[in-house]
Amino acid sequence: MANTYTLIASSTVGAGGASSIDFTSIPSTYTDLLLKVSSRSSDASVVAGITVQFNSDTTSGNYTWKRLYGDGSSAPGTDSNFNFVLISAANNTANTFGNGEIYIPNYAGSSAKSISADSVSENNATNAYAILGAGKWSGTSAITSIKLVISAGNFVQYSTAYLYGIKNS
Amino acid sequence: MPATYEPIATTTLGSAASSYTFSSIPSTYTDLVLVMNTKGSTSNYCQLRFNGDTGTNYSRTDLKGNGSTAASSRDSNRSIIDIASNATNDTSNFNTNIILHIMNYANTTTYKTAISRANNAATGTDAIVVLWRSTSAINSIYIAVNTGNLEVGTTLTLYGIAAA
Repeated sequence: MANTYTLIASSTVGAGGASSIDFTSIPSTYTDLLLKVSSRSSDASVVAGITVQFNSDTTSGNYTWKRLYGDGSSAPGTDSNFNFVLISAANNTANTFGNGEIYIPNYAGSSAKSISADSVSENNATNAYAILGAGKWSGTSAITSIKLVISAGNFVQYSTAYLYGIKNS
Repeated sequence: MPATYEPIATTTLGSAASSYTFSSIPSTYTDLVLVMNTKGSTSNYCQLRFNGDTGTNYSRTDLKGNGSTAASSRDSNRSIIDIASNATNDTSNFNTNIILHIMNYANTTTYKTAISRANNAATGTDAIVVLWRSTSAINSIYIAVNTGNLEVGTTLTLYGIAAA
């Protein structure tokens, strides 16, 4: 049977860092999309966030989010912040990257898009973050591009993102 | 290279239904992944049974957030088990997704466990662990809603993952 879990594209950040990671010309031939990210921010903090923009839509009102998170010490929290993937940052243990997974079912359909995200930052110290995210993009067009936007600093060198397509037949 | 993430069965509901069953699931994979993108006739939520077992053999623990309250809860000895909590099915659009991972589903030695990640950006996000106290290999999965129906256009796809 044909392989239905296929790498569409990947990106590795170079020496200069990058403020975003972009996937363009995403074909509509799959059923779902799965994006796997391993990254770290250059920002002098202990955690950074990533949000997504689909099809260059920068209208914040077209996106809705819910997050559930824990930092290893406080009681779990929940909010509606748009940084629904959390990664490690410059004040975390050196060479430590966060990772995340974003799943988008029926990305090529004509309804609003529902999103699932799981991610962790990591740090050999008191606090590191685990976060679950629910998202919605109200766009009814097929998703043809995805931009990963970092909340502060840049994606550092060796940050990676892999975009997979999954077919249901 | 052999494919290890194969669609076993898929459906797009052509008429509203209160349940859907994946039957005759082969035991040739290692794990199962069920992906659902749902819309409800009312603000309902999804539940499941394995192998048509209506005994009180299911339990679960959830961790959930709705944007204002983070919480955890537990159900034991249930005859059908919830795989979503805050992430209810929206009535206006396909705003809910559920990704259910069922590990080592075909073994006949241990009880079966599953992890559900359910999401609705308006109502919340859930992580739910499910236990079915049976050593039988899973050969069918019954998905239902607690009230009302799943609407036309709801999609359900079952994938098999093979370790080799």
